[in-house]
This record gives sequence, structure tokens and C-alpha cells, in this order.
Amino acid sequence: MGRTLAEKVWDDHVVRRAQGEPDLLYIDLHLLHEVTSPQAFDGLRQNGRQVRRLDLTIATEDHNTPTLDIDKPIADPVSRAQLETLRKNCAEFGVRLHPLGDVEQGVVHVVGPQLGLTQPGTTVVCGDSHTSTHGAFGALAFGIGTSQVEHVLATQTLPMARPKTMAITVDGELPEGVSAKDLILAIIARIGTGGGQGYILEYRGSAIERLSMEARMTICNMSIEAGARAGMIAPDETTFAYLKGRPHAPEGAEWDAAVEYWKTLRTDEDAEFDAEVVIDAAALSPFVTWGTNPGQGAPLSADVPDPASYEDASERLAAEKALEYMGLEAGAPLRSIKVDTVFVGSCTNGRIEDLRTVAEILKDRKVADGVRMLVVPGSARVGLQAAAEGLDVVFKEAGAEWRYAGCSMCLGMNPDQLAPGERSASTSNRNFEGRQGKGGRTHLVSPQVAAATAVLGHLASPADLTDDRTPAGV
Amino acid sequence: MEAFTTHTGRAVPLRRGNVDTDQIIPAHWLKKVTRDGFEDGLFEAWRKDPEFILNRPERQGATVLVAGPDFGTGSSREHAVWALQNYGFKTVISSRFADIFRGNSLKNGLLTVVLEQKIVDALWELTEADPSAEITVDLEAREVRAEGVTASFELDENSRWRLLNGLDDISITLQNEPDIAAYEQRRPAHKPRTLQG
Ligand code: SF4
Repeated sequence: MGRTLAEKVWDDHVVRRAQGEPDLLYIDLHLLHEVTSPQAFDGLRQNGRQVRRLDLTIATEDHNTPTLDIDKPIADPVSRAQLETLRKNCAEFGVRLHPLGDVEQGVVHVVGPQLGLTQPGTTVVCGDSHTSTHGAFGALAFGIGTSQVEHVLATQTLPMARPKTMAITVDGELPEGVSAKDLILAIIARIGTGGGQGYILEYRGSAIERLSMEARMTICNMSIEAGARAGMIAPDETTFAYLKGRPHAPEGAEWDAAVEYWKTLRTDEDAEFDAEVVIDAAALSPFVTWGTNPGQGAPLSADVPDPASYEDASERLAAEKALEYMGLEAGAPLRSIKVDTVFVGSCTNGRIEDLRTVAEILKDRKVADGVRMLVVPGSARVGLQAAAEGLDVVFKEAGAEWRYAGCSMCLGMNPDQLAPGERSASTSNRNFEGRQGKGGRTHLVSPQVAAATAVLGHLASPADLTDDRTPAGV
Repeated sequence: MEAFTTHTGRAVPLRRGNVDTDQIIPAHWLKKVTRDGFEDGLFEAWRKDPEFILNRPERQGATVLVAGPDFGTGSSREHAVWALQNYGFKTVISSRFADIFRGNSLKNGLLTVVLEQKIVDALWELTEADPSAEITVDLEAREVRAEGVTASFELDENSRWRLLNGLDDISITLQNEPDIAAYEQRRPAHKPRTLQG
């Protein structure tokens, strides 16, 4: 019988297989950041161990880094300690580090692909659940805990039980104005936040094949929000074109050998998935969340749902609790929800394509009065590229704040936070209670919806912008 | 990780049930970036009371914690195990442990011993009456011994083997080092590297 993409990559990394034991998998790329690595390094030190493969390991700083005044000392003592510890550990063990201020610094899941380190058919791990992002290249990529980080540092392997596989087939064409973010939010609303548990997801079908690498990363990024540790997309010409010429992409004869291998990484015709979901791309529209988990979403054209409409008692209770926390009335049109803050950024939507999309909508328009908009590139490189294209000027002229790279308002670990009761439209991936700051209320949206919402002050899509654009300078 | 074969030491009788991991090590300690130095956070709230048993002079240097039922419930933080170890405990005895805590403890080389409550009671009485009384936890014989008490306990073979040999997850994987090295030999040259040259 044929094998799925996930099975092929898995099989190619089995170091040891024994009856009744998990497979021992080889790890091609280990990404580190300041939050989940300190105790792993400390464990190595206590046991007199070294990093086995420094050449397969790379670190950056993202969660705790400020996005303003990055040359000043970091005020929060915990954040400062985590960053200083990472620097000390990387220096002591010899790990390549891109610290705050470095041109390759940024959100770890933006940095890996951008350097060309994330490649098809590799295994990628990081002490961070959104490692699933890298699956967009046909890599098997998943988040791990701190003790596993230590295990990979010391052995470059991980004992793992093989998950099941689920195909998510998206056929047809996404309508105008509907993005990868809308698609993944719709998928999560369909299968639920636990729907992918125990599976590696493979996104396939004609709609997926048409997506850019950036869009594919947006999709795979949120696999974890559907409960799956990993999501994958088979590599194709789009993938190869993205990788060609990147700093760590193979060259010459090695490139040819790599591409030849990468082309084999497709699910065989006769392979069987353990589960299958089919989505019609043409039926989708802009999608936003109204609740406090990424599965509590609906088309922007819908109303806030009535909890009483849920048959399942636990879902009903969850919806009631979510509406209370979010301060929303059942039946109110989602479009009527006013926001205080718009956040564009994160490892979900902080790449150059996302910033271009937002700039195109903001050009010659203004952010609504009373709305604060933060535009945060996913990496310093993305920031530089955006500036080279003049996007930063568009953001600033529209009245948005243009910041340095980092996780920023995706999570309340650095100075960019919502105040209690504040409401945001955010291109990030988690709308959990307090995620963006204590008491903060988050609506997950696409970059398109974020931009239109910033202009109108309430949840909106670009189609709602009926103005003739304010001429620049007025 | 340190091997555990047999250990003899004085005890701290902790007559409390349902001690959750937040009581073992409060959340604000989780900000630390090391795996050691958690000893001062152990039972932090209770230790503010000078009469709390851990503060008593006759309990200093004790290495065996005899706890009430349902020890280690709540959050899965591994720090709870580190705090007990950093403080100097080698083993914890209780009639029931929370699953995740137990898993974490055995992984880290802290032997958690399950005994019937009536034996725990006997150990409490003995060590309360005589703080210098010693308890022996013998993993080879799977037996706990103290004056007037001899009780056997169970532990799955795999955990026992790991503890007796001081093998953590990493050392177990490293026993297969030749397999890892062989795999590295056959890895294709086009695979990415973070360091050039
Ligand atoms: S951007 Fe958000 S989701 Fe991504 S790594 Fe940072 S905190 Fe995590």
C-alpha cells in the first residue's frame, strides 16, 4: 500500500524501531527561543552534556522582546532574565543566536523559513506549539516541551509514537478577498479545537496548491489550534521557487539532488488516511472569531451566535462563558463589533505578503479615530523588506504604529498588551482569555479584515470600504 | 540522574492530604531560568509559620517525606519535583500520588513510594515520637523499613530499572548512540545546516 506524505517523512527519520517502543526519530533542525530553553540548558550542564549537533541548532529571541526602544535595557526583570540566560547559554554551548537588534532576529517560525533552513522532508522541532508552521514546506514539524528540548540538544533525536493521518482536502477557488486565514479559521470551526488531536494533518487539493508559501504557512501554523501537533503540505514548484537562493538552501548539484528527493514527497495515490475532511473553497467568506477559542468563529456576515442554539450542553456552556468574557450580545451582527486595537503581526500573519496586503488596503486611508493599530513584522528582515518597499510609510501615514520585530501583542509576555476590557482585531492565532493581556478581548481575523477594521473602527472586510480613499496628506 | 538503590534517612511527617503542586512550589517561582535553587520555594506559604514542621530544628537534614494522600495534584509543573529534590528529599512516601506528579518524579530520580495509609500512619507516629528515627527505602528489595515497620511496595519494572541504574530519558536514548551515529552517516548531504563550513 502507498504511503502518505507524513509517513514518508517519518520513515526517512527513524533511527531505531523496536517492538513495543516509540520510534526514535532523527531531528534535522532544532529551533530555540528564550522561553522554553533555559532549564533544558541547565539540565545539560547538570549532567555534563554537550549539544550534539550545533550545526542543526539555531536560536533567536522573540516572545519577550519589546518592539519599541530596542536599544534600551528591558524593564521587566523576568523578560530580561530570560533573554540574558539565552545569550549566556548560547555563548557557553556554542549555539548560533540571533539576538534582539540582529538582522536575522524575529519570531522563530518566521526566521527558519526565511533563512531557507526549513526544507521539504526535514524534521523540525522547537519548544513552541506553533512549530507546525514549518509543515508548509512538507516538513514534519511539531512543538515540544522543555524536557524534550533537552533531549534533542543532547541526542538530536526524540522518541515518538507515530500519530494518525488526516487529509483536509480543499478544492475549488477561494473567492476574492478570502485568504488562507479565513480558510484555516473555517476549518477549525468545522472540525473543532480537538478535531485534529492525535493526527498529523495534510492540507491538499487544488485550492491549497494555488496558495503562496506565506499563505501555506498561515494554514499550517494554526494546525495546533485544531488540536493537531503537525500540519503538512506537499512540496511543489511554489516551494522550490521560494527556497531557491535562500542563505541555507542547497546549491549546485546538492540543489538538484534535494529537488529530486523533494519531488518524491507526495502522498501516493493508493495511500490511505485515517480520517478525511473535504472543504469547498468557493463557499468560504471572510471569517472571524467571536469567542475565546479559535474554534468559536463564524463568517463576518453572521451574527453573534445564541448559546441556546447549541445542542451540545458543554458547547452551550462554553459559548455562554465566552460571550460573557467577550462582552457580546447574542444576535448582534459581527460587523457591529467596535474595536480599540488592531494588531497585524505574529507567526501566523507577520510575513511580507501579509504586510503588503494590509498596506494596499491602508494606502490613502486613515485608521479610525480612537483605534490604535500596531503593525509588527514577524522578523527584522521582513521589517527591512517592508521598509524597502515603502510599506512602513503607508502604515505611518495611515496612523498605524510601525514596530520592530517580535511576537508582540500575540501574547502578553512583552510590553505590547491589551488593557482589561480592551477589544482587538488580531491577525494572530489565539483568542484565549487574557492571551493579549489580562482581561483583553481578542477577535482573530485575516490581514484583510484587520486593515478594513482599522479604517472603519468595527469588524469589517475590504468590501465594506465604500470610500474613494482619502487622498494622501488630507 | 543519580541512581537510587537504597536510602536511609530521617523523616518529615507531613500530616496533610491533597497537597497540590502550587503548595509544593508556588507559581511565581516558575519564572526562574534554572533547574536548581527551588529549595526556598518549597512549601513557601506554610514555611512562613515558624512552627511548620519543615522549620523545626530537629527536622533539618531530613531526606524522607512522609506525606498524606493525593500528594502532587494540580498543575503538571516539573518544578515541584525539583523543589523537593533541591531541598534534599530523596524519596516521598504517600498512600496516593497524582499521576503526572508521579511520572515527573520517577523521570527525575525522586522515588515516590506508595504504601497503605495504615503504614503511613505508623511511620507518622514513629517519626513524630522520635525525630531521630530513620526510615530505609530499599528499591532493590522494594521494601520500606523502620523501627516496627516492614512493608513492601510496588513499582513497575521499567521505572525501577531506570532508577536503580540512574538512567534518565537521555541516557536511555544514548544507549543507542551507535544507531544515531549510523543514521548520521547516511543522512543526505543536501540537508540544511545552521553553521556554514
Ligand atoms: S508570534 Fe505568537 S504564536 Fe507565534 S511564536 Fe510568538 S507568541 Fe507564539
